[in-house]
Amino acid sequence: MFSRSLLLTGLLLALCCTTKGATAGEKDKLPAKFEENKHCFQCHSQQFYTFDNPVSERKERKAMNPNFVYNPQEFYKGVHRNFACTDCHAPEYETFPHNAELRLEPKYACIDCHGGDPEYEKYHFEAVEEDFNKSVHATRHSEDFTCWMCHDPHSYRPMTHGNHTITEIVTYHNNTCKRCHNNSYNFQRISDSIKPALETIHSFLPNFELHFSNVRCIECHTSAQDTLWVHHNILPKKEARRNCIECHSSNTILLGSLYKYQNLETRKSRGFVNSVILNEAYLIGANRNEYVNLLSFIIFGLTLTGIAIHIVLRILKK
Amino acid sequence: MSEKLYLYPIWLRVWHAINALVILILIATGISLQYIDINFEMMKFDSSVTFHNIAGYIMAINYTFFVIANFVTGNIRFYRIKPKGLVKKLLKQSNYYAFGMFKGEKTPYPITKDRKFNPLQKVTYVFFMFVIVPLLIISGLALLFPEFILPRVLGFSGIQLTAMLHASTGFLVSLFLIIHIYISTTGKPISANFKSILNGYHE
Repeated sequence: MFSRSLLLTGLLLALCCTTKGATAGEKDKLPAKFEENKHCFQCHSQQFYTFDNPVSERKERKAMNPNFVYNPQEFYKGVHRNFACTDCHAPEYETFPHNAELRLEPKYACIDCHGGDPEYEKYHFEAVEEDFNKSVHATRHSEDFTCWMCHDPHSYRPMTHGNHTITEIVTYHNNTCKRCHNNSYNFQRISDSIKPALETIHSFLPNFELHFSNVRCIECHTSAQDTLWVHHNILPKKEARRNCIECHSSNTILLGSLYKYQNLETRKSRGFVNSVILNEAYLIGANRNEYVNLLSFIIFGLTLTGIAIHIVLRILKK
Repeated sequence: MSEKLYLYPIWLRVWHAINALVILILIATGISLQYIDINFEMMKFDSSVTFHNIAGYIMAINYTFFVIANFVTGNIRFYRIKPKGLVKKLLKQSNYYAFGMFKGEKTPYPITKDRKFNPLQKVTYVFFMFVIVPLLIISGLALLFPEFILPRVLGFSGIQLTAMLHASTGFLVSLFLIIHIYISTTGKPISANFKSILNGYHE
């Protein structure tokens, strides 16, 4: 047990030194409740746990409920990395075996801690909640559909508020959706229906893989807004966007969401011109440069004019 | 009546006809994709993508055939450029197109069985068929398989650079097409060169 704990501690130490998203100061020190949490993670990071049974007076090894297994690496990368487990869970969990009634304790929603707090204003929690309440996730399901169905507080990372590339953001956000919408087991937590494969549902897209790796599901499945980076009003599937040119045109809707965020972020670090030139995304129909357009029209016009003059001269000198 | 020269064998005419057709499709769908807008949709976006991709594959296969056939049949000899006196030859031919032909002068480099192209045509064709078109095809194939494109090249987005190269070379090919068709009308009579590429004989 000691060697396993030592290994875990070493692993966590190495991880904490390389945690992406943490500030420079945070990188140099251990998460605030690192030592306290080791006690919980000793069992809750393992598929099997060992304990001393005082009744049988034997050391026993049991399988952990997979719903209660958490990855410490992900936890210490997450937004709640400085929390103790018992900041959100009852302190009685510190004793084992846990009291069965503890499972009935109500869980916090995001808004319980973050709502009305000026410190968290930039994350728009109230607007997110309002948006979510209009979504199919809220209107078609019971109150059991909480923030945690999609955003695991044990690993959640606010990707659009950090130094991440569009690809990283798209992958992270889409994995949030795919966790249920591309996984029959998880999907059936709230539905009896069988989910067809994502590729089948989206067979109308010319290049399924390319779309899924470069565009977030929410770009087409939420109502367009220009104020929130992450939209939460998931629309009924019939209202999802299917018109290609809403994205593939010069006034692409993507400029109002993820790409606006990316341009703003790039502008901060590279300046305005570079942010326009070095945009990492390429979108057919949307990536246009007015100067290149003008130059091509001038060259085209000059060619046609030259030919026209030549034709006139050929006719006159015939 | 001048001598009839069989300059355009059947394989070349078939290649040329297929190339002409797919290039017209590629230019039309390419413009549609590049300039599409919510208020201006030349063609349905997804149809444009499908037609552009299919025509692109055909062009790539057809181009490969063109290169192989040129070497196998020896037709490549018509594209061989001799650097000696090239600039002088180019100026002479340009002078003919700009002034000489209006004065009723004879073309300085008439077509013979050993010279299918005048020096200006030769340089243009070599530049397009062995530089621009390969770049156009390679960048087009890369956009079809973007997983092979480097994410960043010298700080720029690899996919965006590839797309810019594809659009620029495509633009040059569309310019080439217009000039190519116009120059073809300089035969005597105007339809002579069009007949030649259909029946294979130059008169």
